[in-house]
Amino acid sequence: MAVEETRARHEALGLDEDDLLRMYRTMLLARRTDERMWILNRQGKAAFVISCQGQEGCQVGGAYNLRPGYDYVYPYYRDFAITTLLGQTPRDHFLSLLGRREDPNSGGRQMPGHFSSRDLNIVTASAPIAVQYPQAVGSALAFKMRGEDGVVLTSGGEASTSEGDWHEAMNFAGIHDLPVVFLIENNAYAISCPEPLQVAGSIARRAEGYGFPGYPVDGNDVLAVYEVAREAVERARRGEGPTLIEARTYRITAHSSDDDDRRYREREEIEEWRLKDPIVRFEKYLMENGVLDEEKKEETEAGIKAEVDEAVEYAEAAPYADPEEALERVYAER
Amino acid sequence: MADKNLLQAIHDGLAEEMRSDETVMVMGEDVGRAGGVFRVTQGLQEEFGPARVMDTPLAESLIVGSAIGLSVNGMRPVAEIQFADFIPPAFDQIVSEAARFYYRSNGVWNVPITIRAPYGVVPGGALYHSQSVEAYFCNTPGLKVVAPTFPADAKGMIKSAIRDPNPVLFFEHKRTYRLIKEDVPDDDYEVPIGEARVHREGTDLTVVAYGLVLYTALQVAQKISGEHGIEAEVVEPRTLYPLDREKILASAKKTGKVLVASEANLTGSVSGEIAALVAQEAFEWLDGPVMRLGAPDVPAAAFAKPMMDFFAPGAEKIESAMLELARY
Repeated sequence: MAVEETRARHEALGLDEDDLLRMYRTMLLARRTDERMWILNRQGKAAFVISCQGQEGCQVGGAYNLRPGYDYVYPYYRDFAITTLLGQTPRDHFLSLLGRREDPNSGGRQMPGHFSSRDLNIVTASAPIAVQYPQAVGSALAFKMRGEDGVVLTSGGEASTSEGDWHEAMNFAGIHDLPVVFLIENNAYAISCPEPLQVAGSIARRAEGYGFPGYPVDGNDVLAVYEVAREAVERARRGEGPTLIEARTYRITAHSSDDDDRRYREREEIEEWRLKDPIVRFEKYLMENGVLDEEKKEETEAGIKAEVDEAVEYAEAAPYADPEEALERVYAER
Repeated sequence: MADKNLLQAIHDGLAEEMRSDETVMVMGEDVGRAGGVFRVTQGLQEEFGPARVMDTPLAESLIVGSAIGLSVNGMRPVAEIQFADFIPPAFDQIVSEAARFYYRSNGVWNVPITIRAPYGVVPGGALYHSQSVEAYFCNTPGLKVVAPTFPADAKGMIKSAIRDPNPVLFFEHKRTYRLIKEDVPDDDYEVPIGEARVHREGTDLTVVAYGLVLYTALQVAQKISGEHGIEAEVVEPRTLYPLDREKILASAKKTGKVLVASEANLTGSVSGEIAALVAQEAFEWLDGPVMRLGAPDVPAAAFAKPMMDFFAPGAEKIESAMLELARY
C-alpha cells in the first residue's frame, strides 16, 4: 500500500509561502504587463507586441532555481516572466516596448522581447529562431573549462527544435556533459503551424539520443516545472551534464500584434486552454492551501496595477535616443 | 628572426597568444590531434591540452555559435572553419549574431572571437575547396574582415584579431601558406587591423590586390619595371572590411590610375567596392578608368587544371591589365 503524501506539494518541494507568493506575483506581473502592452499597441502607441501569455508557469518554474547575475540565460522572445523573475521590471519592459533610449535591452534598437542585461547575465537575444542554443552551450563550456559551477538556461518554442542549431547544440552538450538546461516551451503553435506539422515523435525523448535525460512536464503547472527544473539545474551544477525539459503549454494570444490567429485556430480551443491557465491554476492551489485569499489576491492585483501604471507613465515620458545614435556602438573599442 | 611561411607565422601567433592569455583557445574540425588539415594548429593540443585546443563536431554553425557563447563568458576563442567554402552554415551565427551583438545590445555585449578560414584557388580544390567568399561578409557592419598575405603581417594580425573586442573573420589564402617565406620577428608585436600596406612604391599606376593575386602582381610589377620602365605601386588592403580608405585613396591620387585585382567573382566583389571608392573620392586625380580584374562570374574554380588555371587571374592576365592601364 502506497503511503499517502500528507504534506502539500510545495512543502514536499521545500518551497515556503514566500516562494509561492513570489512565483505567483511574478507570473501575474508578467501577465498584466503583457496585457497592457497590447492596449498600448491598439492605442497606436506601440508598434509591435509579442506575448508571454499562457506560458508564465513554465517560465517561472523553469528559471526559479537560477542565480541571477551568475548563471547565464539565453531566453527567447516570449520569456517576459523569466526576465521579470531575474530582475527586469515593468519599467524595463515598457521602455523597450516604446523604443526609448533607456530600454535596457537595446536602447530602442530591437523589438520588444529581445532581452539583454549584462548585470543579470541575460545574453542579448535575436529574432532568428534557435541561434541562442549554440551560444548557450558555448557559455556552458566556459563554466566547465574554468571549473565553475555556473549553469546556463536556454529556452525556445517547440518550433526551435526543428532547426539544426538546436540539434547541433544538443549534440555538443551531450558530448561534453555541459551544464546547460534546455527549456522547450511547447505552446502548440509556430505562428500558424500546429505541432503535428512541426514535431515528429517526442521532443523530450530526443534527449535520450544525445545521451542525457529529457522530461516532458505539464508546463501550466508551475510547481511541476519547478520540480524538474530544480533537478536539472542541480544536476548541471554538480557537473553531471545537460537536461532537456519539454514543458507543454499554450500560447493564449496570437503570435504577435501583427497576427490574426482566427485564420488558423478555433476560438473553442483557446477557451479550453484558458481553463488550464497557469495563473488561474496556481491561484486555486494557493487558495486551497491557505497561502492566498481573496483579500490578498486583490491586494496583489492592486500593487501590480500601480506598478504597471507607473511604468507606463514613466516610459511614455522617457525620451527617444537621438536619431544619430543609430550610428554609434557598431564596434567595441579596445 | 627566422624565415617562416604563412602557416608557421599564424601558428606562432596563436601559440604566443595562448601562452600569454589563458582565455585564448582554439576550436574547430581536426584542429587538435591532427593539428588542422593544413597543420596551422600542429602541436598546440600537446602544449595546451584538449580543452583549449578542441576538436569539435562537424558543425560550422555550432563552432561559431559556441565560440560566441564562450566569448561572452570570459573566453577568447579562435574558431577554425576548415575551408571557407564550408562557412555558409555558420553565416547566421557570424552575420546575424556575432556581428550584431554589440549593436543590438546598445554596446553591452561584445563578441571577441576570431574565425579563421582558409580560402582561395588551390590545385585539386575544385568547386568546394577553392572559393573566395569574402564579399559576403564585407557587407556586414559589426564584423571585421582581414586577409593578410605575408607571414610577418599574418602573425601580427592574428594577434590583433584575438585581442580585438569585436568578431574578426581571418582569411588565409591556401596557396600562399607555403609559397612565401620571410623573416618573421620572434617577439610579441601586432599589425593593426584596418591598415593597408604599400608593398612597392610606384608612380605610373596603382594595383590594389590581396591573396595570391597580390603576390603575383608584385612579381609582375618587377617584371614590367625592367622590361617597360613602368613603375607600379602595389597596395594590399590587408583588412577588407572596414577598408583603409585613406591609404588606398592616397595611392590612387598619387598615380592617377588604379587596377583592383583579386581572384573573387567579379560582380559584387570587394574589388568593386574599392573601385567605387576610388571613382567617387579620387575622380579628379584619375587619368584612366578604374579597372577591375577578377574571376569570371561562374560558381568557382573547376577541378580540371586547364579550367582551374583559366578561372583565377594569373601573371599573364595581370600583366596585360597593368600594361593596358599604364598605357591608357
